[in-house]
Amino acid sequence: MSQNAIDTQGTTLAAAYCLQLGDDALIYAQRLGEWISRAPQIEEDMALGNIGLDLLGQARVLLTRAGELDGTGRSEDDLAYLRNEREFHNVHLVEQERGDFGFEMARMLWFAAYQCELYAALISSIDDTIAGVAVKAVKEVDYHRDHASQWVLRLGDGTPASHVRMRESLERVAPYVAELFEDDAVSIAAAEAGLGTLPSSLWDSAFGHVGRVVAQATLTVPANSPWRSRGGRSGIHSRPMGYLLAEMQHIARSYPGATW
Amino acid sequence: MVTSATTPTTVAVATATFDLRAAIASIPDPEVPVITIEDLGILCEVVVDEQARTVNVLITPTYSGCPAMDAIRQHIEHVARRRGYTASVQTRLSPAWTTDLMSATGRDKLREFGIAPPGQRSDQGSDVVRYPVGVSLTIRRVTCPLCGSVDTQEISRFGSTACKALRRCNECREPFDEFKSI
Repeated sequence: MSQNAIDTQGTTLAAAYCLQLGDDALIYAQRLGEWISRAPQIEEDMALGNIGLDLLGQARVLLTRAGELDGTGRSEDDLAYLRNEREFHNVHLVEQERGDFGFEMARMLWFAAYQCELYAALISSIDDTIAGVAVKAVKEVDYHRDHASQWVLRLGDGTPASHVRMRESLERVAPYVAELFEDDAVSIAAAEAGLGTLPSSLWDSAFGHVGRVVAQATLTVPANSPWRSRGGRSGIHSRPMGYLLAEMQHIARSYPGATW
Repeated sequence: MVTSATTPTTVAVATATFDLRAAIASIPDPEVPVITIEDLGILCEVVVDEQARTVNVLITPTYSGCPAMDAIRQHIEHVARRRGYTASVQTRLSPAWTTDLMSATGRDKLREFGIAPPGQRSDQGSDVVRYPVGVSLTIRRVTCPLCGSVDTQEISRFGSTACKALRRCNECREPFDEFKSI
């Protein structure tokens, strides 16, 4: 095998890895954006908007890098607006429809706990762009995790009504958690190449944080559900994904090349 | 008599370079216009090539999704163009920006403007008062930029921009922005 072939394989892998990291951030940013004007108070409109903006910033750098590496010359916009559902590699957790505020805090607690460990590990990636995103993002997602932690604490250890709703939210999110920490072919290869890290290696610390917050919120982490999500990393998505993409991509597809 | 090796031409060149650098450094931050991009610590490098009439500028974002970066880039290009230079603006992510890079002048200007400047991250250990609970319910001592009281509380961790939190002073009862330490 020529050196060239190995290099091509390496860049293809790095592109695929950037794409799955970027897609998680992009799709969750899109979901969080839906909260603007719909949160329980204006401070939360801004908080969730800002958290979405951080994630969008991470996604922009990662998708740009994926487009540079995969040889197609696609821009961040091409990748965000012109791919079909099967070409997105995000986990099902981030594409689920917006529930109530408790659901969003349960989802954010898990996702931010995962991202905190993820980016801490990616600081030592051999790819400068991935390491660069990580060193910046690790500070941002720490704020996100803290924000979700404080709300889970307040709602869980709040009134009888908020306690019940927070418990139900954790139960609703539970079936989507395992997929975040599952090693797929791309992340295994990326970890071996020194580009990335194994999602399974992040579980203990992330679960440790969530477990502490949930216990202090006078709740318990739900037991494993009989059904769990699978397939997001290989492009198999759940029903809400198509609707999310329709909304996100509608303008760009209806008016190709439009600027304002 | 000591003759400087500097000829009038190189002096002129050095002055032009200095002027351009100063003009770029004094560009205000679009979201907090009382401080310049240099005060904020996001201007990393300005390299002027007088021969080619080009300038390479390196900036670093405060937050990954900071929407002001495009405006800052355009402003730098505009300032350079007005002086007859072509600017090339690059963004650098690593080493990541931290509020420790903000200058003392920048902090004073923020305070005067009514925004509590960020604490030094390295001092955070002593600034943080921990409740006797395990989870990070922490309060930071932030001084009110209006009346100087330290009796202030956080209303929202996420304020009007990604880099600011919203607080209220319990003494003068006024709300104010705080530049978050990261």
